Amino acid sequence: MGELIKLDLKKKTLREVNDLLQNIDPKSNLRNYLVSNPSGNHAVCAGLKDEMDVLIKGHVGYYCAGMNQKALVTIEGNVGTGVAENMMSGTVHVKGNASQSAGATAHGGTLIIDGNTSSRCGISMKGIDIIVKGSVGHMSAFMAQAGNMVICGDAGEALGDSLYEAKLFVRGAVKSLGADCEEKKINKKDMEILKSLLKKANIKNFDAKDFKMYGSARKLYNFNIDNVSEY
Amino acid sequence: MCGIVGIYLKNKKLSKDLGKYLTGMMQGMATRGPDSAGFAIYSENKKSKEFKYSVCLLNNYSFNVFKKTISKKFNKLKLKQHSDHVILISDIEPKKIISFISSELKDVSLVGYGKSIEIFKQVGNPNDVIKNFQLDKFSGTHAIGHTRMATESAITTNGSHPYSTGQDECLVHNGSLSNHNNLRRQLLKQGQSFDSENDTEVAAGYVSNSLSKKKTLKETLVNGLKDLDGFYTFIAGTREGFAIVRDEIACKPAVIAETKDYVAIASEFQAMAHLPGVNAAKIFEPEPGVVYSWGN
Repeated sequence: MGELIKLDLKKKTLREVNDLLQNIDPKSNLRNYLVSNPSGNHAVCAGLKDEMDVLIKGHVGYYCAGMNQKALVTIEGNVGTGVAENMMSGTVHVKGNASQSAGATAHGGTLIIDGNTSSRCGISMKGIDIIVKGSVGHMSAFMAQAGNMVICGDAGEALGDSLYEAKLFVRGAVKSLGADCEEKKINKKDMEILKSLLKKANIKNFDAKDFKMYGSARKLYNFNIDNVSEY
Repeated sequence: MCGIVGIYLKNKKLSKDLGKYLTGMMQGMATRGPDSAGFAIYSENKKSKEFKYSVCLLNNYSFNVFKKTISKKFNKLKLKQHSDHVILISDIEPKKIISFISSELKDVSLVGYGKSIEIFKQVGNPNDVIKNFQLDKFSGTHAIGHTRMATESAITTNGSHPYSTGQDECLVHNGSLSNHNNLRRQLLKQGQSFDSENDTEVAAGYVSNSLSKKKTLKETLVNGLKDLDGFYTFIAGTREGFAIVRDEIACKPAVIAETKDYVAIASEFQAMAHLPGVNAAKIFEPEPGVVYSWGN
């Protein structure tokens, strides 16, 4: 990955740092970056589109690593609302806690959160894999369309409300399930997905057998006259 | 949007830096609320008989005319000017001073009073407002601030936060209430009075009404969860400390950083990134529908 390039947000503007990381020379092998002093700034490392390894040291604000493609972004700290929102590919790894709407609307890639997330984790997710080592807040996976969510801790109220075809694996307690979300039997294929995700996040202390899976009962998103009051 | 901030010092040695800490917090939240800003500073008042009145001079009403007028009526007043605000100190019974200000002086608005609290609020960008009041020079025990992006009532000093509806009480709000008109009518019947059409003033009045019935601040805010309908993160202050609560939906953000020296609350972490030792602080988001309080 070449030498480590240090970018200090106390010395450079956020726009300069993001501009540099968003426009890497495709021929360059300088792909290893350290961003320091994020100081809760918004949109740090948003819109990266090339393979690179970025370590952010400190707490960041909203939309960190949003729209990410191919890059590996690691945050040594907490993140604000909408980390990795609308991510397409690559990996975002949060070593602290995440605020609400982590991984919102993301199409692909992997989001790993070592701590907990607030409400609406994975809202409207469209293909991302989200692995949370702690617990998630209320309304998580709301209208989740595709992808997988692994929650090693507990889930808050109304998990998977109005869910489409995303799979939700939960090890701990679920406070309540949202409309049209139900527990599913884990088949061999599901078990393989879960095991591969636990491996991806380097989770060794939890056994895949201890997880329950939740998915859509498919009664809400196909129009049914009996459900008219729910629409 | 709006930004809210609060800081409570556990280590009293830091009290001279309170204004400096709050300055950075208000600057960090300027983008969330560019229309107006305000803050309340609590400091220990050793002369227990004295009351402080935070007075705002409206329509370019001159400080000297105000001083002359009020000094004619009351003896032994101490007055200190801060931009368009005056802190008036007196040991006369509050009722007399409050009724004189509200009935006789039409270009003067009483924004708060108490033994410990001083409140300042002004229309304009928070960065200018804090300079006008020289916030960084203030010391104290705890403080609450607000930067406003106006949504439901006019951009005026009266529409700015913090709202103070009782002695040494104040409240700031990020969000909007949906049942404030109904609640205002109920509180008016119980003797609470209001100066504006603002929804937050109703929440402040609700808190004052409950505290006057000897409920604690924590009990008051727990009850508020069922009585106040809408979106909110509130920080409410009393002479002893402050408390924060978010509604159960929790759309309005808040983050808390706690160290052995202080508790800081802000809408976003960027408002507290400048505080000493914050990166090693215990940082968490208040859970929806849970009241957190310090010093009360």
